[in-house]
Amino acid sequence: MGGTVKVSIDGVEIEVDKRLTLLQACELAGAEVPRFCFHDRLSIAGNCRMCLVEVERAPKPVASCAQPLMDGMVVRTRGPVAGKAQKGAMEFLLINHPLDCPICDQGGECDLQDQAMGYGKGVSRFEEQKRSVQEKDFGPLVKTFMTRCIHCTRCVRFMEEVAGVPVLGATGRGEDTEITTYIESGIASELSGNIVDLCPVGALTSKPYAFVARPWELSKTESIDVMDAVGSNIRVDARGREVLRVLPRLHEDVNEEWISDKTRFAIDGLTRRRLDRPYVRRDGRLREASWKGALDVVAGRLAGRDGARIAAIAGDQVDCETMYAMKTLLEALDSPNMDCRQDGMAVDPSARASYLFNSTIAGIEDADACLLIGCNPRREAALVNARLRKRWLRGGFKVAGIGPDPDPTLPVANLGAGPESLRRLAAGEGEFAPVLAAAERPLIVVGAGALARPDGAAVLGAARALAENCGAVAGGWNGFSILHTSASRVGGLDLGFAPRAGGRDTAGILDAAGTGDIDTVFLLAADEIDTGGMGGAFVVYIGHHGETGARGADAILPGAAYTEKDATYVNMEGRPQRAARAVFPPGEAREDWRILRALSDAVGATLPFDSLGALRDRMIADTPHLGAIDEIVPAEWAAFGVDGAMDDAPFVSPVPDFYRTCAISRASATMARCAEAFPTPPASGAGD
Amino acid sequence: MLQDKDRVFTNLYGFESPDLDAARARGDWDGTKNLLAKGPDWIVEEIKKSELRGRGGAGFPSGLKWSFMPRERPEGQPAYLVVNADESEPGTCKDRDIMRHDPHKLVEGCLLAGHAMRATAAYVYIRGEFHKEAVALQKAIDEAYDAGLVGGDACGSGYDFDIFLHRGAGAYICGEETALLESLEGKKGLPRLKPPFPAQAGLYGCPSTVTNVETVAVSPTILRRGADWFASLGRPRNTGTKLFCVSGHVNEPCNVEEEMGIPLRELIDRHAGGVRGGWDNLLAVIPGGSSVPCIPKPACDELPLDFDSLVEVKSGLGTAAVIVMDKSTDIVRAIWRLSKFYKHESCGQCTPCREGTGWMMRVLGRMIEGRASHDEIDLLEEVTTQVEGHTICALGDAAAWPIQGLIRHFRPELERRIDECRRSSAMAAE
Repeated sequence: MGGTVKVSIDGVEIEVDKRLTLLQACELAGAEVPRFCFHDRLSIAGNCRMCLVEVERAPKPVASCAQPLMDGMVVRTRGPVAGKAQKGAMEFLLINHPLDCPICDQGGECDLQDQAMGYGKGVSRFEEQKRSVQEKDFGPLVKTFMTRCIHCTRCVRFMEEVAGVPVLGATGRGEDTEITTYIESGIASELSGNIVDLCPVGALTSKPYAFVARPWELSKTESIDVMDAVGSNIRVDARGREVLRVLPRLHEDVNEEWISDKTRFAIDGLTRRRLDRPYVRRDGRLREASWKGALDVVAGRLAGRDGARIAAIAGDQVDCETMYAMKTLLEALDSPNMDCRQDGMAVDPSARASYLFNSTIAGIEDADACLLIGCNPRREAALVNARLRKRWLRGGFKVAGIGPDPDPTLPVANLGAGPESLRRLAAGEGEFAPVLAAAERPLIVVGAGALARPDGAAVLGAARALAENCGAVAGGWNGFSILHTSASRVGGLDLGFAPRAGGRDTAGILDAAGTGDIDTVFLLAADEIDTGGMGGAFVVYIGHHGETGARGADAILPGAAYTEKDATYVNMEGRPQRAARAVFPPGEAREDWRILRALSDAVGATLPFDSLGALRDRMIADTPHLGAIDEIVPAEWAAFGVDGAMDDAPFVSPVPDFYRTCAISRASATMARCAEAFPTPPASGAGD
Repeated sequence: MLQDKDRVFTNLYGFESPDLDAARARGDWDGTKNLLAKGPDWIVEEIKKSELRGRGGAGFPSGLKWSFMPRERPEGQPAYLVVNADESEPGTCKDRDIMRHDPHKLVEGCLLAGHAMRATAAYVYIRGEFHKEAVALQKAIDEAYDAGLVGGDACGSGYDFDIFLHRGAGAYICGEETALLESLEGKKGLPRLKPPFPAQAGLYGCPSTVTNVETVAVSPTILRRGADWFASLGRPRNTGTKLFCVSGHVNEPCNVEEEMGIPLRELIDRHAGGVRGGWDNLLAVIPGGSSVPCIPKPACDELPLDFDSLVEVKSGLGTAAVIVMDKSTDIVRAIWRLSKFYKHESCGQCTPCREGTGWMMRVLGRMIEGRASHDEIDLLEEVTTQVEGHTICALGDAAAWPIQGLIRHFRPELERRIDECRRSSAMAAE
């Protein structure tokens, strides 16, 4: 294929790639063509008929969205023929549309509303009864108002093509056509919220956001999501102190223009169970305290204490700035005990290639075979799963998995449940071995389910050996990819927020706290660890939600959630991105780095920065690639992992429940409703 | 008038048996091997020379259509002949009689047309309601297989060709060629966007050509008797014989094979026993199945029935299903009933047809009793033009044309009803 063609659009001669459709060529030529059903990332339906244009020598107006280009085409997007067709289609779309814009949540950001301004008549000529359609139950996230539906089928195509959960379709015929789940049930997909964005009218709207706000009332902040390690680009819409909704932003290499339902809908958790003032434990009970009082208590605890008895564990949503400040403080206190791997994932902090998603997310599309080891991308990183499916749809892409049966949205051959199957595959046994061997760009995805276990380092070593042997790391291609679930993980490892020389890792810290070898532990929003065995250690919790971590704490210093601070996050690919503050932290809560700065003052080990800019300058000086925002600095390949015995226990997914993985989502009523409506099927380790 | 010697469908009325022996006695399957031996190009050339035009309604030149099939294909890629036997156009019942009484014409036609297209198999998509026809056709296919006429090494020609019969489920839209392909693939019968055309990517993405039963069934006779013979009937570009289905207010409704271009009046008087109450009692005729505009009596008097003549009077030959309406007809109600049919059968995929058919039907429904205004006649006409030519398939056009015909020819009647309704409601108000 390839090559270009010359076309004339509204008198403008342009030369364009001949694989484009006429609609895309019109856009390039600067001609605006109205459309509803067309969407760049979905298959072409050509059913709204809004994009009809006049093509010379064609007997009828043609649907530009579906029209291939031909050399010498002469096109008119306005004028009597195209104008009549477009205005006619608009009139037809409006005759059975309720025109209830004043009570419609789409109002103000509605394609139909906008295009009716340009192509609609001022008055309706339709005197008959309007159609009304029964509401559907699409579950706790998507609210329907099907009378408004214009049958563009974007939602149907999205669910079928991108989400891979073909539960939507059209029943009935003619004007009785209805978009529905054939069997009345919610849409059990972790990407279902995207159909709200795709719907060009108010037929599908956000249920939690229903009747909450108008788009023009909202302040819009471009930011980064932390619900998983994808680093989806989002826009946070807030009014006053409350985040009201999250929408995706376009980033071709990360999330395209989708986000997962957790990213979109967990935000009501930001206002529940929040820590909004400092607390200090006195007489066995947590009591409210002033900032000064709380900081003095913590400083008093640290003063003169041997650094080896102090430790810190960072949670899954902590930003780089906070970890950097914590690390700097610990270093000042001479403590080597710190870890950002709550789950004990056995990646090698000294070898960056051992913990990055080296192929990059967009790179999935270049792969020609894929092996999933101990991960369930659908639950652990829904958009990585969408990318895998996108690649699979193109054909010539075999996928196999070792570990939990991944209830996938693409066919995955299950090779077994645990390390035994990995050994067999490495020995060249089974049907998938030749596929992997023959692949030019094999992709090996290793999840926390395979690495966060006692023999994790051996599994890592075995996976590395397999990747090297099958040519996954060769000729500019690095298909060895770690699938993280934690937004803070790669940033933390990049910063070196891991045991220093002689230091202890997460499990070591918890054990030592139990035995009393460590007696002061900082938890940076670390809520996914078992704090029960920490004995008499003094626990300082710096975080935003009153959850597991805060419950057993001796001092609570309330911090900011991801929507409440300017912060750097590094996604699983190693891509640093900047989140921005959309609202202020509630009550007396402060940005985390400021808390640590103030604490350092109280301890007398003042951190060498007093502004976010100064902190960042130092952080970037220490870890230069964190300054290269939105750029991936590829990792050097190295020998990591150990060559050791692997346990026979099956790999288990670290995400048993997609909807409740972090303090925010666990506090979210919407996510609770989802978890109830769509119970995650138990991840069965399908036997060999 | 067509002479018996020039008749193609010699068992149209089922006076003889439809089975293979009887069909052979009528001349079917005679020298088929030799015809196959002359090769695809020769067949296409003969059909082109005969000027046969598609009998399904659109009247596209058949030879040209068949020639669109690729001459060479990638190794292992099949190509299909798809026979459209989903005859659902109101007023039309010609294919039904072919399949019921003369099925071997169709089976042999499949083989020859399939060979002309270099197809590997034929799928006959038959209307679901045609149970007996499906049984009869399947029997004929089985007979042909048993006799070695189709299947592997069909007729001993070395050409392998299978024929499959598939029954539809009763949707009018599945008679649209691409919706038919979707339905055949097991999907919902929604028309596809064109391009790509079926000859490029049709059934299961393979090159395919969809053609009407009658077109396929006449082709063996054309090849046997020669293109010149066929072309000698009718007039240029409107050649050959055609099955006409005469229904409505005639004394003897019938299916009849006649020469293309036969005058309408002769067709009705000679074959259908005349218009009920005499020719002068004629109100209007719909000459080509429900989707073409009606023609009022004055234009019918000297009207020859062929593609081009009917286009001249702003109608069309369509399927040549002549629906005769005498003066007892409530013409507005009659056209409304067609409008209701199209509203019911619209697939709902694209906007103008989905929304427009219901709108047109409702406005027209009010006009039956005159509950409308004069302006609404213009509105209705404009709506028809907003539908026509703006849809994915031709159903939108088919829904628009009958109403355009009504307004074109019977506007005074519409206005009379509106005025009358106004008067009576004004009287009631007093």
